[in-house]
Amino acid sequence: MKERLVGAALLVATAGSALFIAAYFTGGARLYEGLALALTAAALCAAAIGWALWLLPHEQVADEIVTYPSAPAQRATQTGEVRSDVRAIARPRALVGLLYVALAAFAAALALPIRSLGPAPRDTLFHTRWRKGARVARPNGNPVRVDDLEVDSAITVFPAGALEDSQSQAMLLRVPEELAPSTRGYMIYSKLCTHAGCPVALYRAAAKELMCPCHQSVFNVLDDGAVVSGPADHSLPRLPIEIAPDGTLVATSDFPEPVGPSFWERR
Amino acid sequence: MIERLLLWVDDRLGTAHFVRHALRKAFPDHWSFMLGEINLYAFVILVATGTFLAFFFDPNAAKIAYDGPYRLLDGTRVSHAYASALALSFEVNGGLLIRQVHHWTALIFLAGIVAHMGRIFFTGAFRKPREINWIVGIALFGLAMLAGFTGYSLPDDLLSGIGLRIADSVALAVPVIGTWLSFFLIGGAFPTDRIIPRLFIAHVYLLPAAIAALLALHLVIVWRQKHSQFPGPGRTEHNVVGSPLFPRYAAKSIGLLLAVIAVACALGALVQINPIWLWGPYEPWNAANPAQPDWYVGWLEGALRLGPAWALHLWGHTVASPFWPAVLLPLVLFLVLIAWPWIDAAIRKDPASHQLLDLPRNVPWRTAFGVALFLFVLGLTLAASGDVQARYLHVPITSLTTLYRIFCIAAPLVGFAITYALAVELRAMGGVRKAPRVRLRRTAEGGFEEEPLP
Repeated sequence: MKERLVGAALLVATAGSALFIAAYFTGGARLYEGLALALTAAALCAAAIGWALWLLPHEQVADEIVTYPSAPAQRATQTGEVRSDVRAIARPRALVGLLYVALAAFAAALALPIRSLGPAPRDTLFHTRWRKGARVARPNGNPVRVDDLEVDSAITVFPAGALEDSQSQAMLLRVPEELAPSTRGYMIYSKLCTHAGCPVALYRAAAKELMCPCHQSVFNVLDDGAVVSGPADHSLPRLPIEIAPDGTLVATSDFPEPVGPSFWERR
Repeated sequence: MIERLLLWVDDRLGTAHFVRHALRKAFPDHWSFMLGEINLYAFVILVATGTFLAFFFDPNAAKIAYDGPYRLLDGTRVSHAYASALALSFEVNGGLLIRQVHHWTALIFLAGIVAHMGRIFFTGAFRKPREINWIVGIALFGLAMLAGFTGYSLPDDLLSGIGLRIADSVALAVPVIGTWLSFFLIGGAFPTDRIIPRLFIAHVYLLPAAIAALLALHLVIVWRQKHSQFPGPGRTEHNVVGSPLFPRYAAKSIGLLLAVIAVACALGALVQINPIWLWGPYEPWNAANPAQPDWYVGWLEGALRLGPAWALHLWGHTVASPFWPAVLLPLVLFLVLIAWPWIDAAIRKDPASHQLLDLPRNVPWRTAFGVALFLFVLGLTLAASGDVQARYLHVPITSLTTLYRIFCIAAPLVGFAITYALAVELRAMGGVRKAPRVRLRRTAEGGFEEEPLP
């Protein structure tokens, strides 16, 4: 009886493999290929377990632990020999000092190519591509005009000429004009969260807040991007902008502080 | 046939004694000793499926216009990496299945490692003489997490790009060297074209090679030291009792390998995982919501959400807020884990070697500490999906964050106290006492009487 069960499992496994071959040659659908393989493995598993439980002897063996620790005499011999060898190596004192120097220099030389892995950070993280006079552009390059946005809406913008520059990504939003009269209600904030650098993509128009979808830091756009809640440790940088005579939006300078998450060199 | 082969080898290598001992080696029969084997087999599946995937994946960040069977992305600007991940999913026979089996097996691998670590921890199997293998195991745990993270970051989809951006911000938060560290890791300011190729070489070469080497060391040390065992008749501090490796234990173990394969294939066939075509390609200014990492990175993601908004300003320098939850916390946790055999020995004031395992109830403070640590990490992990929970529970996300902050402090304390009290009680009783089996008999007067059963 038990042998029959194991035999049946082996037959099912063989059939499963045949099904897999059929699935492979008839289009290779993930579902059928996977289920055929799962069936095959499950049946083989049942056969192996059945064999172990019913058909193999249930004997117990005991292994004695004799391999460690070594006998005291062997340990003493090891200690003594190593001690005398180390003494022999260290006898020429001046050479030992030189050896350390040579090895340290070798290690330093070998480590040097690590320097090639990346450029020096310099002031890369302190600036973006926004400049005085940089035109505010949509991701497709079209400039933004003063009548383009409804009040309480927001879009992603870049400086014209640096489209898709990650460091310069920004959120252009429009609040009621009386809240920012000099720019007809337009404001631009960096889109890089000051916590962990995710795009601060959610504009909650009713609360006038920008929210980061990653760790839920919330910034108040009416309070210069101050942190309302969440793990961000400083406010979202705001880009100074003005409306050019031709009705387009332009920056009046770069962001006044580094954008994105903090780093050691940031003040 | 086998006998003649063994004699042929013995003529040349003198292996008869070793082979005889190896085949008769005792393997304890307790089920919990097989948790570690799940991980060995998961690793084998990962290498096999990963090799297949690597034949088709193109680790190239350069952009092309997508032109493939997934029409919704027609003409979208995507990287070669993303396009090749889609191609191996949709245009290679068996490709999608193997990709899904690979991902599911990675999740099983990490789950098996955590379960195995739990067995070792709660039974005191890390005690002398097994401290070395405990540390090798912790290293394997860390490497497996890195392998998982580098793996799911490879396809250059929107979710994985956001994960990389967060990881880079964590690197930036490391004091003193953080900015250089970030620039050296990814070859410049985020994002760069070097990220994908470097992740690829780490994921298919550096990490698997390191895992394979440490796995071999792990097994060699187990072989040399032999298994520990639970107390029982005939079991002493100087022996190990169990089934012989060949043939019975080997058959059981092969059964386990096949079970892991069956579960991974069934999950890969039935349950969709990481459908990157739905997330779309990564563009640094696009965001996905909700966004969660694989489960084993959840505790770090949750820690980032719960972490304090403190920045430290020192002499014109900044230690950014991700430092506390994502640099300091994992550092402390891993240091505590590494040092645990010695902390534990110091608390027990016990320099002796141990072959017999502790029952968890017999060392109440260790078990209570383990439960507390588990609850702390559980709270962090749950917090990683706080935004999803907020949506379904109709609760503000900020309230959930506060709740999880309280949970992560209170639950470990309460869990410690309850576990300690329960373990002390169980130890005094000598284990869970089963109620005596009785038969209830209704008497003629309408009352009941008990009649004991054998």
